[in-house]
Amino acid sequence: MAEKKKKLLQGNEACVEGAIYAGCRFYAGYPITPSTEIAEGMSVRLPKLGGKFIQMEDEIGGIAAALGGSLAGLKSMTATSGPGFSLKQECIGYACLAEIPLVIVDVMRGGPSTGYPTGPSQSDIMQAKWGTHGDHPAIALTPSTVPEILSETVRAFNLAEQFRTPVMVLYDEILGHMREPVTIPGPGDFAVEDRAKPTCKPEEYHPYDDKFLIAPLAPFGSGYRFHVTGLNHKQDGFPTNDSKVIRENNERIMRKVHVNRESIWKNEEVMLDDAEVAIFTIGSTARSARFAVNELRKSGVKAGLLRPLTIWPFPDKAVAELSTRVKAIIVPEMNLGQMTLEVERCAKGRCEVEGLYRVDGEPITPSQIFHEVRKYL
Amino acid sequence: MSDRYEIRFSGSGGQGMILAGIIMAEAAAIYGDKNAVQSQSYGPESRGGASKAEVIISHGPIDYPKATAIDCMLAMTQESCTKYHGDIKSGGILLVDSEEVKTVPQGAFKVLSFPIIGTAREELGKTIVANIISLGMIAELTGVVTHEAVEKAVLSRVPPAFLELNKKALQIGFESAAKLK
Repeated sequence: MAEKKKKLLQGNEACVEGAIYAGCRFYAGYPITPSTEIAEGMSVRLPKLGGKFIQMEDEIGGIAAALGGSLAGLKSMTATSGPGFSLKQECIGYACLAEIPLVIVDVMRGGPSTGYPTGPSQSDIMQAKWGTHGDHPAIALTPSTVPEILSETVRAFNLAEQFRTPVMVLYDEILGHMREPVTIPGPGDFAVEDRAKPTCKPEEYHPYDDKFLIAPLAPFGSGYRFHVTGLNHKQDGFPTNDSKVIRENNERIMRKVHVNRESIWKNEEVMLDDAEVAIFTIGSTARSARFAVNELRKSGVKAGLLRPLTIWPFPDKAVAELSTRVKAIIVPEMNLGQMTLEVERCAKGRCEVEGLYRVDGEPITPSQIFHEVRKYL
Repeated sequence: MSDRYEIRFSGSGGQGMILAGIIMAEAAAIYGDKNAVQSQSYGPESRGGASKAEVIISHGPIDYPKATAIDCMLAMTQESCTKYHGDIKSGGILLVDSEEVKTVPQGAFKVLSFPIIGTAREELGKTIVANIISLGMIAELTGVVTHEAVEKAVLSRVPPAFLELNKKALQIGFESAAKLK
């Protein structure tokens, strides 16, 4: 076997590698710190692969163009940070209802508003779920290392294509800009899913065919003509006022993710088997937590870490189960309490839940987590 | 975490501190047999302002990517020295540019002073390679990466026309630091 190539890559560069590996061939966006290296990387790589890169006039144009690219049959992506993520929300709702696969990367920086461009943050957790109006499914992945940014970006494309829905990759500025050794994957190292194409005749095709939980999506220009709208629609894609159809469709887009949640959830457990106090966190904060867990174990404290790589759909089952066997769950996050609310919801009072927050543009340190855990002994 | 070796390169934006950090991490993890994580922090400006790059080197996994107790810090300006020296561990090393850093902080660490930018200007005619001289000095002072690994890492990062210049700068770094030890 040929020796795999190891490179020192920035998180954002690893995201580009993952997107290219997954088969992304269309990128549209508007650059913003700390995500800009993704746009730069895609602008270099895509033209060489026969793909297309376009810098649009703003973030809304970026996601709108990416949705067009996806409907035309190319795996598509856009990337941004909090302020741009806010602007993209209108089109995220559109993608949810019109069921258009898309990957949106949000490299989180301090907010609200323009906030702190070069400082890390994890304050878009709730925006990823509730940033756009109406009930809609949300899938958001939260890598914690540079190699994981690569592999989770591949997974994001797979989930987007499989479920015909936008999938978000969320990581903070520290991960976006830090460098770690990454082994560049070869063919077959990661599974790559392509979207289901229709097998019926073009005149029999319905883009929202109610025979399916997730109907095949024909690429525009392939002879299958159909209508796409942000209005509630019938199975042929045209708007409807039929309350039965509206209800069934709204419930179905939620159900397609909900009934498959077990296959979307992905958690890492670190020394949780005998843990008395657990830490629940994501991204670069999970790296501080892992450091703290190792130090706590050395001093005889039974601490462990539950680290979700899928934050939406929220890992309800894992948190509920954990809450039955620990004294407390500590939730460190670089915001003022977003995941904590969800952990409380799932723990249902079976254990203590305590947030540990930081919004000064500096990371939560291992020592902060160490001392917080010790309070519960 | 005794295996963690922490280095901080600090100076002013545009002095190549982040590049020095990247090259050090590549020397350890790509051209050496260790693991490395490089991170940085900087302000919104692309030139000026205090800038720092940190490299953590270890034989094992590296969880927290930022410095906690610094083994070796470089300060190329007074501002960065004053702002960032606080995390140097007891017994650690602080290397400063002697022409830039006039007020040297006191602490339980060893201070080494050398005219890094001045040497780049006088011996090589280009202050732009001051970061490569400092990289050579840190490799020699810490022994955390081999001369060979850091040379490979430097040469893989520079355009062909500047190979000799950078090779010389690195060599000056190795030799100057050997005399300071």
